[in-house]
Amino acid sequence: MTKSFNPQSYEPGTHPDLPPPAITTGLIGWIKTNLFSSPLNTALTLISIWFLWQILPSSFHWLFTGAVWSAVDRKECWAMMDAPRDGACWAFIRGSLELFLYGWYPEPERWRVNITFFLFGAAVFGALRENIPGKKYWLMFAAVFPFLAAWLLFGGFGLEPVATSKLGGILLTLVVAVTGISFSLPLGIALALGRRSRLPVLRAICVIFIEFIRGVPLITLLFVASTMLTYFLPPGSSFDLLIRVLIMVTLFAAAYIAEVVRGGLQGLASGQYEAADALGLTYWQSHRLIILPQALKISIPGIVNTFIGSYKDSVLVLIIGMMDILGLGRARLNDPDWLGLAPELYIFISLFFFVSCFAMSRYSLSLEKKLETGHQS
Amino acid sequence: MNQDSKNASKSEDSIISICGMHKWFGDFHVLKNINLEVSRGERIVICGPSGSGKSTLIRCINHLEEHQQGDIVVEGTELTEDLKNIDTIRSEVGMVFQQFNLFPHLTVLENVMLAPVWVRKLPRAEAEEQAMSYLERVKIPEQVSKYPGQLSGGQQQRVAIARSLCMNPRIMLFDEPTSALDPEMIKEVLDVMIELAESGMTMLVVTHEMGFATAVAHRVIFMDGGEIIEEQPPKEFFENPQHDRTKLFLSQILHH
Repeated sequence: MTKSFNPQSYEPGTHPDLPPPAITTGLIGWIKTNLFSSPLNTALTLISIWFLWQILPSSFHWLFTGAVWSAVDRKECWAMMDAPRDGACWAFIRGSLELFLYGWYPEPERWRVNITFFLFGAAVFGALRENIPGKKYWLMFAAVFPFLAAWLLFGGFGLEPVATSKLGGILLTLVVAVTGISFSLPLGIALALGRRSRLPVLRAICVIFIEFIRGVPLITLLFVASTMLTYFLPPGSSFDLLIRVLIMVTLFAAAYIAEVVRGGLQGLASGQYEAADALGLTYWQSHRLIILPQALKISIPGIVNTFIGSYKDSVLVLIIGMMDILGLGRARLNDPDWLGLAPELYIFISLFFFVSCFAMSRYSLSLEKKLETGHQS
Repeated sequence: MNQDSKNASKSEDSIISICGMHKWFGDFHVLKNINLEVSRGERIVICGPSGSGKSTLIRCINHLEEHQQGDIVVEGTELTEDLKNIDTIRSEVGMVFQQFNLFPHLTVLENVMLAPVWVRKLPRAEAEEQAMSYLERVKIPEQVSKYPGQLSGGQQQRVAIARSLCMNPRIMLFDEPTSALDPEMIKEVLDVMIELAESGMTMLVVTHEMGFATAVAHRVIFMDGGEIIEEQPPKEFFENPQHDRTKLFLSQILHH
């Protein structure tokens, strides 16, 4: 046995830190502990490698090397392949991209949509990015963005008005999702605080609202928005289907956010409330400065989970005849030129949703890490 | 509540006067007929077995707990349901908790500056200067940009004391301030409290640190079963307790 493994050879208090055995660290150590730690684990690893070997090459061929990227219709696609359906006909997606992006938004006015997309990117970037100069102004910009976007998209005040029924595809998906997400958070927080209020009437209203909305499927609410709401409103009053849908989507998400935030509020040690009270902070001061910053931090995973859920739920608007990206894509499948290209369409739509949801998820992880101050009160 | 009951007779230098106060938690009668006069600059140590109501008593003084009967008058303001009175009293009464209750999402400096800026409406620069001077007084000026989670328990408790002092309170309440600390950190917190006592602060301290009681208290109050059983100057309290329950309690905490 070597000297370093014999603790007796050091005087008390002089034992140095020794490096760990080489086999437990580095790439080899990782592979050993994660892939080949036991006979069962080794078998599973080998089966997985064999399985990937079977499916990866053919998938890769269909998706990329055998795929056709530009053609005018599916017949041309087939003609360019070794055999029909031997590869993906991405020309379909390319040819439909403009429709998928803008819906039926009038062509001469599409610059407005482009500006809206650009400003949306800027607002998201400015609001989420830390250490950005003039953070306060970025936040103010992000707060007015929804109203700015509404003006740009639907016109009025000097811009050519565009009917909301012209919205479709990714544009509609984003309008529904972004509205739902950005308005449901403040509303949800208010509902959560209301549900914990000491005022019985306020509390009852919040509980009834939350439980009612959560107890009903979103599709039902959308049907209410599209058909029944006209019966409840005074005769002769009409308000836009899109706005009705946006309200329902927002209320639906808010009910879920409220419960997530309430969980965060209850997860906070009561000492935090007491310390804030003992210092003489008012209800609003202690919630703004002490309680909500911590409760929202605890709730980030749940809030983002709800956001991702309501983002994907936005496709349900196709059931009441609104053509979001999924609805428009399905309609496009019936186009004689592109008949039967469902796999391409669904892969594209999946990718679109996956990229945005994954980005939200990663951002929330980095936010959690940033807000971690190493103390659970 | 109790608007028409007569005010407790107040001597000129009385800063807290509690008269015939009762409190229940549901059916449980936790405080029974509490009468207590505290004069300005007086230092009182409250002890007693767990569940005797001692923490609840001092938490009633800044209305973290609500009393159901009797009067509590702090600095001439009577504690009622009136939120304005409660806020007035809270800004005059500092409190230090067993679990420190620092705000973990704020740095040490932000913790200490928060209430002066938002409650006292002090300008930031002034609040920061004041915060630094109190952090120096509790001997942690070099930790100001750390978060509470990065400090030891003793350091956190000293920050908590500085946070309360920054409101320039007339009264300081201590709710078992050293009970959650590792043994080697108790002294650093007690030293700060002794220094505070020497500066003439009115203090009500719930603690079992009998050395501290002997050194600084004017009076020791012994509570059991929600009642004040005995109150004496520390010397008499330790050497010549009157009640059997006090004797039993002292024998339990002093001889182990």
